[in-house]
Amino acid sequence: MDSLIQSNMSTPSFGARTFFQKIWDDHVIADLGDNSYLLQIDRLFLHEVSGGVALRELHHAGRGIDSPRQVFTAIDHVVNIYPGRVAGQGRNATASAMIAETITESARHALQVFQVGDPRQGIVHVISPELALALPGLTLVCADSHTCTVGGVGTLGWGVGSSECVHVLATQTLVQSKPKTMRIWFDGELPTGVGAKDMALHLIAQIGANGGIGYAIEFAGDAVRALPVEARLTLCNMAIECSARYALIAPDNATYAYLANREFAPRGLAWDEALAFWKTLPSDAGATFDMELHIDCTRIAPQITWGTSPQHSSPIDGAVPAPTDFDDTATRALAERALAYQHLVPGTPYRDVRIDVAYIGSCTNARLSDLRAAAEILRGRKVAAGVMAICVPGSSRVKAEAEALGIDRVFREAGFEWLESGCAMCATGGADRLADKRVISTTNRNFENRQGPSTRTHLASPATVAASAVVGYLADPRMLTMAEHNPSYQAHSTQTAR
Amino acid sequence: METFERISAIAAPLMQANIDTDQIIPTPYLLRTSEDGLSEGLFANWRKRADNTLNPEFILNHAPWSAAQILLAERNFGCGSSREAAPRALRQAGFRAVIAPSFGEIFFSNCFRNGILPVRLPIGQVQMLAEQMQAAGGDAQVAIDLHAQTIIAPAGETFDFETPPRLRMMLLNGQDEIDLTLQRRAQIDAHRDRDRARRPWAYEPQAGRH
Repeated sequence: MDSLIQSNMSTPSFGARTFFQKIWDDHVIADLGDNSYLLQIDRLFLHEVSGGVALRELHHAGRGIDSPRQVFTAIDHVVNIYPGRVAGQGRNATASAMIAETITESARHALQVFQVGDPRQGIVHVISPELALALPGLTLVCADSHTCTVGGVGTLGWGVGSSECVHVLATQTLVQSKPKTMRIWFDGELPTGVGAKDMALHLIAQIGANGGIGYAIEFAGDAVRALPVEARLTLCNMAIECSARYALIAPDNATYAYLANREFAPRGLAWDEALAFWKTLPSDAGATFDMELHIDCTRIAPQITWGTSPQHSSPIDGAVPAPTDFDDTATRALAERALAYQHLVPGTPYRDVRIDVAYIGSCTNARLSDLRAAAEILRGRKVAAGVMAICVPGSSRVKAEAEALGIDRVFREAGFEWLESGCAMCATGGADRLADKRVISTTNRNFENRQGPSTRTHLASPATVAASAVVGYLADPRMLTMAEHNPSYQAHSTQTAR
Repeated sequence: METFERISAIAAPLMQANIDTDQIIPTPYLLRTSEDGLSEGLFANWRKRADNTLNPEFILNHAPWSAAQILLAERNFGCGSSREAAPRALRQAGFRAVIAPSFGEIFFSNCFRNGILPVRLPIGQVQMLAEQMQAAGGDAQVAIDLHAQTIIAPAGETFDFETPPRLRMMLLNGQDEIDLTLQRRAQIDAHRDRDRARRPWAYEPQAGRH
């Protein structure tokens, strides 16, 4: 825990507000008392699993949609991800029926639908920033826990249940308890080979899978400012894995450059007006948070998860921990159960753990920059014999852009399957192929059976997944990318690839 | 909406931390076009073995635990996926309450809309309830009173708990949340008139070529 410092050192300043507080204040329609507020919701996203239920229940309740122009439907969770797919095709007959119902019900209310065949189709949390439907200072909800992803462009997004979705459909508002605020500073510079996914896993290992309960997190600090926008989306995406429902990164020039000219971004004078407003949003100097944490980035290494909770993460150049490494009884019991499920023995160096599958996909790590990072490692290399390697781009647009750049060829020539966009194997799509396999995955959850029956998932960054695909074992990406500069990595590499 | 006032029932201990909603109801059970029959999926990967027969080692597969209406768990129960099928599966299987030191927030909120009361108690008190239930072999009852916000342990100890007031009233009275909100129509419209002037782009998402 030495890189984690808790502080409350900021000097309070009268009237100074946090970024979160400013968005919250802008959206309060009514203070309902007891820390409960009626909030205006700027964007609602539906998808075919929870959105279909919400539309059905809205219909049964005999209610209409309050603000249909602010509601969008993404078809992503259970779509067919194999080449040659056509619109409306699910992974099986039931999935197709769910997609059909969601599209029919959306059409009845004239909602905009992004479905297969539309170049804008993709995973909801990938396309909402990509289309600039997520903008700084907006509230955006979706019946999906990873909605906090859009905090990467400064949108206050959070996951809701399908009943709450019905409430938003009927009123374009939601009643919420106001969370406490936590600012997490990532201080210093990230070492080479360490990215946003590693920052997130390192953080969750430190504060625990329950460390964010009750908080809206703001990520700050030099290392966060230095992250490209897509990496910020990755960092915010993982906030729910420490059970924080909301995560934010204040918008800056990188955010504005990312959003400008995207499909639903304001245009012309409206853009100028919006930009001036967005620049007022970052936390004021002297704004106070309920908790502040500091993480020393220089101590973060590429991460790998060993267990069945995202908090079960440690540096990939190390070894599988022992339950006795943990003080707390419940944490120790969880570690024991996790190691049994994962078929891992404490003390085993990660580089000795053989993998069956390498998977690159999901709302966490399947944007263009993620595929680029993996391609840098895969270029001129081959996937190890016996490893099934699969890439599912996060959106149809990401896939098209990658293909225009020739990134698909790098993946294919290395031996990866190059599939169509969707939630795919993060949401048990392909569970039959992953059953009882050991998978290194760029996804966000290593829960028991999350990716398939008895599937043993190890979470990591795209670079780490690509390196492991090549080596055939859990592998430190630095030993491939830095080998030519640093002989010690070369030695490590030779030893591992035996 | 289903109400909750007070119950007295068997409480089954499932004393693990971070029981996520993928465990409460695995994703394959979400592929459906009806919300009926969700209890089939409740804890399916723990309740059933690979050949689909019941796992004799899982507590809820045994009488009297199989009649439990209250679940006891360690911290962060219901973390992970937002799937509302999680509280619905619990309710359809007969559960009315979950007692744990903390909850995943989306799950916590979803419970109230599905007739389930989530109760936050310090871990020591949850453990005491679990131990008393285990000692009685499940032949004991935990009483929960949402009016008084108290829990009475099998051996008679009383624990106070707190529930967010608005959600408590919703559950006690079975109020429809949407109807309550729509009573504030004028307030909503007034807010939007002011807000739209400040943030017009928030209300008019327009696709366009740049």
